[in-house]
Amino acid sequence: MNAAAAFLPAESKPREVVYELKSVSKTYAMRQIHALDNVNLRLERGSFSSVIGSSGCGKSTLLKIMAGLQSPSAGSVVLAGKPVLGPRRDIGMMFQHATLFPWRTTLENIVLPIEIRDGKQAAAAKHEAGRRLLDLVGLKGFENVYPGELSGGMAQRAAICRMLITEPEVLLLDEPFSALDELSRDFMNMELQRICMARNATAFLVTHSIPEAVILSDVVHVMRPRPGRVVETVAIDLPRPRTLEMITTPYFGALVAHIRSRLDKEAA
Amino acid sequence: MSTIDSSIEVGETGAGITDTVWTEKGSWLDRVPRAVSMIVLFAAFLAIWQGVTLLGVVSPIIMPTPAEVGRDIVTVAINLLSGDYMLAALWITAKEVFFGFIIATVVGFSLGVLVGETTFGERAVMPYLVAIDTMPKIAFAPLFVAWLGFDIASKVALAAFIATFPIIVGTAAGLHAADSNARMLFKTMGASRWQMLIKLKLPTGLPHFFTGLKIGSVGVMAGAITGEFLGGGKGFGELIRVAASMLDTPRVFSLILYLSLLGLGLFAFVNWVQQHFVFWHKARVTTAE
Repeated sequence: MNAAAAFLPAESKPREVVYELKSVSKTYAMRQIHALDNVNLRLERGSFSSVIGSSGCGKSTLLKIMAGLQSPSAGSVVLAGKPVLGPRRDIGMMFQHATLFPWRTTLENIVLPIEIRDGKQAAAAKHEAGRRLLDLVGLKGFENVYPGELSGGMAQRAAICRMLITEPEVLLLDEPFSALDELSRDFMNMELQRICMARNATAFLVTHSIPEAVILSDVVHVMRPRPGRVVETVAIDLPRPRTLEMITTPYFGALVAHIRSRLDKEAA
Repeated sequence: MSTIDSSIEVGETGAGITDTVWTEKGSWLDRVPRAVSMIVLFAAFLAIWQGVTLLGVVSPIIMPTPAEVGRDIVTVAINLLSGDYMLAALWITAKEVFFGFIIATVVGFSLGVLVGETTFGERAVMPYLVAIDTMPKIAFAPLFVAWLGFDIASKVALAAFIATFPIIVGTAAGLHAADSNARMLFKTMGASRWQMLIKLKLPTGLPHFFTGLKIGSVGVMAGAITGEFLGGGKGFGELIRVAASMLDTPRVFSLILYLSLLGLGLFAFVNWVQQHFVFWHKARVTTAE
């Protein structure tokens, strides 16, 4: 197999595009910073995409625009056929820190997005759905436990539930497990894959770790700073479900080396 | 193998002791129970006090012996329990402290939210509050007496005035305690400013608010008693003033003791409420890391 050809995006299976960014740019006029320049992204239903790049390459800006927390200076941002004009319930987000609130039980934390959008009654009605999600992430029986008693990995599982409770069209993951130790992180990444596959979720991951991006993703976007833009989109042609053993395969190594060389080139 | 290794290591540093348990080596003083050391310290204090006064180092008029104070504590207790004039005085002071604390809590919380939550409050109101806070607030006592008379209102006002500021600071600091991750999370959930305040900032800030309340509960006592010293009335402060003017120092000491019990009670009450409302703070394991 031609190694270079394998790095090209797979165009064989046309699937429904859930999230589409066209020529998105962002400039901060005050500081004259060109954070994003002409970024184009298509997230297909059920696909897992990652963006990787050095600090200051515009990853966080991109994610904030996709989350509806910031507006782009130019370009169109369309989720499920509707332009993103602010935070939406069909966007699920997860951050580096679980940020569970210690005065709420795990279950109350999970239904918080519903409580904020639809009120307390609607949240109470979602308790059953919340329990099912806890079951899905392997936290069955922890619904009435306060977050202070959860470990870092368990807290992130609960954060996954909170992200999923609104049944979002897209999951935006901002280095979700980077605060965990490496063993838990690998394990949680496999859990994340399982959960995404079980729900046919469309996921978008921002990360600093090349192996993490490769093992999880169908497509990896490599970003370059000043101005922030996507310099290469690498398709990862590994079968699903992915396993941690794949990390040791030559193909995986070649992909990681290729992405690293792209990043090194940009950093220099 | 590993146990042998560690015992050798310990043996080297621990001067030949081949025992892996290190914690036993603390000073014998560290192993005395807390209650015992407190009682011993107090007994030593009383002994020195008694000795100093018996030897005539200090005049017995200005410094009574602990024994005299002890006798007077019993006398005051009998007076209080029989519902005599001292109980009426304590009741007046308790009312001043109670109303002063309620007013300080309400005003302090409201101003704290104004200052902590709104730009107007932070920019326009805060500088004035800081300016007033730096003034010696006791000096306002004559003004309060002039405005509100010699009744309990002037004492309540001074007590509230002193206790309000730490509560403002506690509330405002608490509203800033929610970290950027939590704020961002709330924004992604589409939370309104009101929801952000009620569901995020206030609960996050509760420990700070209670710290302000505790400092305020100490200040409110000082305010009420100072008000009574300077503005008369029929409270406990007046009893202390009268006893002091008659050089009845044992009485002054025992009155102060009962007064401190009132303050301690208020502090304990605030602490109890805090434990009830901020149940997560004590048992908090780091959730973020």
